[in-house]
Amino acid sequence: MIGESMYQELILEHYKHPQGRGLREPYDAEVHHVNPTCGDEVTLRVKVDDGGKVLDVSYDGQGCSISQAAASVLHELATGSTVEESLSVVEEFTRLMQGRGQVEPDEEVLGDAVAFAGVAKFPARVKCALLAWMAYKDALMRSQG
Amino acid sequence: MSAPGFDVERIRKDFPVLARELPGGRSLVYLDSGNSSQKPTQVIETMRDHLTWHYGNVGRALHVLGSESTEAYEAARDKIAAFVKAPSRDEIVFTKNASEALNLVAYAFGNPAGEDERFRMGPGDEIVISEMEHHSNIVPWQLLAQRTGATLRWFPVTDEGRLDISRLDELVNERTKIVSIVHQSNVLGTVNSVSPILARAREVGALMMLDASQSVPHQPVDVTELGVDFVAFTGHKMVGPSGIGVLWGRRELLDAMPPFLGGGEMIEAVWMDHSTYAPVPHKFEAGTPPIVEAIGLGAAVDYLTAVGMDQIKAHEKELVAYALEALPEVPGLRIIGPRTPIARGGTISFTLEGIHPHDVGQILDDVYGIAVRVGHHCARPLHLRFGIPATTRASFYLYNTTAEIDALVRGLHHVQKVFG
Repeated sequence: MIGESMYQELILEHYKHPQGRGLREPYDAEVHHVNPTCGDEVTLRVKVDDGGKVLDVSYDGQGCSISQAAASVLHELATGSTVEESLSVVEEFTRLMQGRGQVEPDEEVLGDAVAFAGVAKFPARVKCALLAWMAYKDALMRSQG
Repeated sequence: MSAPGFDVERIRKDFPVLARELPGGRSLVYLDSGNSSQKPTQVIETMRDHLTWHYGNVGRALHVLGSESTEAYEAARDKIAAFVKAPSRDEIVFTKNASEALNLVAYAFGNPAGEDERFRMGPGDEIVISEMEHHSNIVPWQLLAQRTGATLRWFPVTDEGRLDISRLDELVNERTKIVSIVHQSNVLGTVNSVSPILARAREVGALMMLDASQSVPHQPVDVTELGVDFVAFTGHKMVGPSGIGVLWGRRELLDAMPPFLGGGEMIEAVWMDHSTYAPVPHKFEAGTPPIVEAIGLGAAVDYLTAVGMDQIKAHEKELVAYALEALPEVPGLRIIGPRTPIARGGTISFTLEGIHPHDVGQILDDVYGIAVRVGHHCARPLHLRFGIPATTRASFYLYNTTAEIDALVRGLHHVQKVFG
């Protein structure tokens, strides 16, 4: 029963009831990211105001529970925060995911995203968890550029 | 209920890994042989023995080890020729895998180094494949079409997962130079009927190739009886090692084709400005080949022959019939491919309503030790045809049991509980 620790209740909850799903207007940048090995994909839009506040992160996509739940959690964490704050969450989340299960997650920074800690032990699934988060980072860069 | 003389429990003892305990005390249920098969002790020991006592380079070393290696390597060729009923041992070309065999043939077309009319290719010529191909029987032909300006066309697939040959006469026509299709689909399990397509290819003077990677391991294949021009298959799916594949081709065509890779052992004589080439099969075997792998594949066909390909086919037919009955009991399960055990092999791909295959595969593995493959199985166009991004695939071989199919069904019910 190793794997079920990966499927935390919170992940399944977000998978079954995704938050903020669907593409919305207005937006500053839109990106489309694909995980070629498994076909998971996400289209993601960001809207940032002049003060650097993230007004909306909207997305649509298809894929496994991990990739879809990660997009949902990202929406919750990023919307309403500042670009700077949200990027520090992305950074911490990436560090956790790439830590092969050896990294102690910072719950203060990660909030609900800490539920993905178990995924880090499954190298094949790390890309699933990071898909939407990398798309978000990319979209922010484009919106700033 | 098994075929007479076929004892699956005895066969399982030949494959040590099947008795392995996985971390957490799970036992292994290996349902991923369509991806790569497990290896019996007989193959492992043959390779170990050769590496330990007889290893030398082949074809060029005059000493004892060199001769023993050459003899064993060429004996493997004899065994494989006999296994697929090739009229001549020289028609068996060792490659790295089936992909290389397919690329080798594709490379012969539209190649300025070749002169044979049948391999000439340019704008206006056509290549015909199908929608159910593995990427290895798609991409080499796409590249060929790009190189030569020829047009790539394909057979569609029916909703049931059969090849749709209703427009055969239009699709294969006087412009067609080569038809290359899969013998048994690695996703659908469908075994394609070769003769109507071959008859049409002959009518219009086109060559025909079969990707037999999924059929040669599972049923008796007689290349003479099939009547096609080229057949590709690979060692690691037929209880042999990886790194060795086979191209069978008609002698007369292989002779007419230009070399593929240039290098040692494929030459007759070399000058600074040109070369002449060794006779087939060596013309296509440049460089030091995978020696021990070829010998291992020889041991693999010895093993399969001793068990009996008819017996293996009958056993798998029983397994697939059992699975086709048992799997639909799982709520929301949709089989992609033929739902009857007729003209299909022991590979079953399916979707579970609302649950992504990666989640299915992860739970099956982590909770029950069941190894299946998830994803598009290197057949993305086929998945697009069915409007799905991915499937879960269970594929059976001679060492699988109905109890393992029961375990799969139990596992899928559990997956439903977690995600339902």
